Amino acid sequence: MSAPGAEPTNGYVRALVADDPLELYETAPCGYLSTEASGLIVKVNRTFLNWTGYRLDELVERRTFQSLLAVGDRIFYETHFAPSLAMEGTVREIAANVVSASGERLPVLLNAVRKDDQLGGHLRTRIAVFDARERRAYERELLAERQRAERAAREARALAETLQRTLLPPAMPQVDGIDVGGAYRPAGDGTVVGGDFYDVFEIHDGSWGIALGDVCGKGASAAIVTALARHTIRALAVRTSRPSDVLRGLHDAIARSDVDSFCTALYLTAEAVDDGVQVCLSAGGHHLPLRVRASGEIEEVGRVGHLLGMLEPLQLHDESVSLAPDEALVLYTDGVIEAQQGGELFGDDRLRQVIADHRDAGAQELADAVAAAAVAFQGQHTRDDIAVLVVRAGVLASR
Amino acid sequence: MSARTRHNVKVSGVADGQPMVFAHGFGCDQHMWRHVAPQFEDRYRVVLFDHVGAGGADASAYDPQRHADLSGYAEDVLAILDDLDLRDVVFVGHSVSAMIGVLAANAAPERFAHLVLVGPSPRYVDDPATGYVGGFARTDIDELLDSLGSNYLGWSTAMAPAIVGNPDRPELGAELTESFCRADPEIQRRFAEATFLSDNRADLAAVRVPCLVLQCSDDIIAPTEVGRYVHEQLPDSELVVLRATGHCPNLSAPEETAEVIEAYLRSAA
Repeated sequence: MSAPGAEPTNGYVRALVADDPLELYETAPCGYLSTEASGLIVKVNRTFLNWTGYRLDELVERRTFQSLLAVGDRIFYETHFAPSLAMEGTVREIAANVVSASGERLPVLLNAVRKDDQLGGHLRTRIAVFDARERRAYERELLAERQRAERAAREARALAETLQRTLLPPAMPQVDGIDVGGAYRPAGDGTVVGGDFYDVFEIHDGSWGIALGDVCGKGASAAIVTALARHTIRALAVRTSRPSDVLRGLHDAIARSDVDSFCTALYLTAEAVDDGVQVCLSAGGHHLPLRVRASGEIEEVGRVGHLLGMLEPLQLHDESVSLAPDEALVLYTDGVIEAQQGGELFGDDRLRQVIADHRDAGAQELADAVAAAAVAFQGQHTRDDIAVLVVRAGVLASR
Repeated sequence: MSARTRHNVKVSGVADGQPMVFAHGFGCDQHMWRHVAPQFEDRYRVVLFDHVGAGGADASAYDPQRHADLSGYAEDVLAILDDLDLRDVVFVGHSVSAMIGVLAANAAPERFAHLVLVGPSPRYVDDPATGYVGGFARTDIDELLDSLGSNYLGWSTAMAPAIVGNPDRPELGAELTESFCRADPEIQRRFAEATFLSDNRADLAAVRVPCLVLQCSDDIIAPTEVGRYVHEQLPDSELVVLRATGHCPNLSAPEETAEVIEAYLRSAA
């Protein structure tokens, strides 16, 4: 180590000998060109000439840099490279193909800087040219992979939407004396099948089965349980009239299945009678439905039992509810009240408020209003899927 | 959303002056005019905007069907004129926006006083059947689309969230407005197709507005023969060949560009 101002160090001397500035330029590990603002080449290093097979006198003062590019890249040069250089003074990592003297295309990456004169006018462009044959081949693979991934995502989304549709009734049946409406919103961008389901079906003449539930999890395994739940409920509904027996059967079916999952569900039977709708309901670990009285009062009805598919012994209850004309029951999944904004939940109070605001609306309109409010609350990015079912006592047309 | 918000419209100059609308071409945004437009601010009401998918325009306004050809972009121009209630317009269109201006002027001639076409081309691909020389083969355009694919590889992931608008991260938007020539890669790729596969030769003869054709020397994208063709097909036009080379005289020779436009408008007045 020598003191400041002393003789140059050995390292400095060695650098001058081994790294002569001219040689640094001529044999740099990249092609290096200087051009005028128009692109006319005024200086070019040996590395570039060796790569491309041009002679110095073929390029200097004779060719523009862009004229050495493949035609498509020349358009890119004029529409992107030159404007960026003019406005930002630099361009980086531009992929292009240099056409060699023999006509071969050499994939390269270009970095360029603009050198200005004292008045700020564009004096020179200095362009470094990097051999990018292997990198570009790799990028092409990446690009192809990304396009494949995008295609796969689109297909997955279409598949999820199709599957989801099969887990919900295509349209609400027309039920004499009972007005039924349902709404469903998938979680996120709809690429994953959710675990929420509902179903409305006729058990026998004038008696209807209505189910709404939430299978733990999402995706393929949830879809299996959702499908199982829907057809099990339908099959059991014709064999037994007690809602708790239907849910118990579903519990057994899930426990017997080889899927490690569970669900919460509401099942109720509904029959239109002269003075409204007679309902009998059972709740397997699910939020109790809200009854909307004609007076505007909103209250929970029923009694919560256990989750389905988990605990033994299973405890479930049945409860009868008479809906007077214009009274309604609102069934919903936790995607509604657990919708989040910041750290705040949509919650029971907001749910009741939306219901109160749309108290006089038809069943479908009320179901849509609740779903829309829960989606709007979380700013369109739904974290969980949302299902809402509304059963309103109407007027019997047949009597 | 109004057309002026959708297209990031910037108005400057004399409030009650004759409107002068500057339209940018493929590959960049309204910043292309930053050395030319200010030179008209002392007499004109200067209007700048971004096409959908470019600069600060609302990318969600992009409609793959409507913007599949240039007439969709012409509709956007007319929506801007309509929104600002502009008449007697001097429309200055660079590159593909020259033909977009032609289409807009043919659809609503009553709004336009003059068209200034900077580096116009009604068709980029040669048409051997009619002997028309646009300068490119179809395979060249495929090569360009390929080049866009390679060059947007890095941008698409880095820039796409900012361009589509991310309300949770407003700083991305701020960063975007500070950088030039950023664009939605997918829209730019389609804009390139709409541009370079267009054929608007038949629209030239229908132009009822007087035009100035600005032709650069040595412009690979719009060669001199094409500029001459445009001049010959237009019923009322003047052709000026600039000393400036390349395709962007608004950047490489803003003084000359502004002077020629200025002289034309003065003589036409």
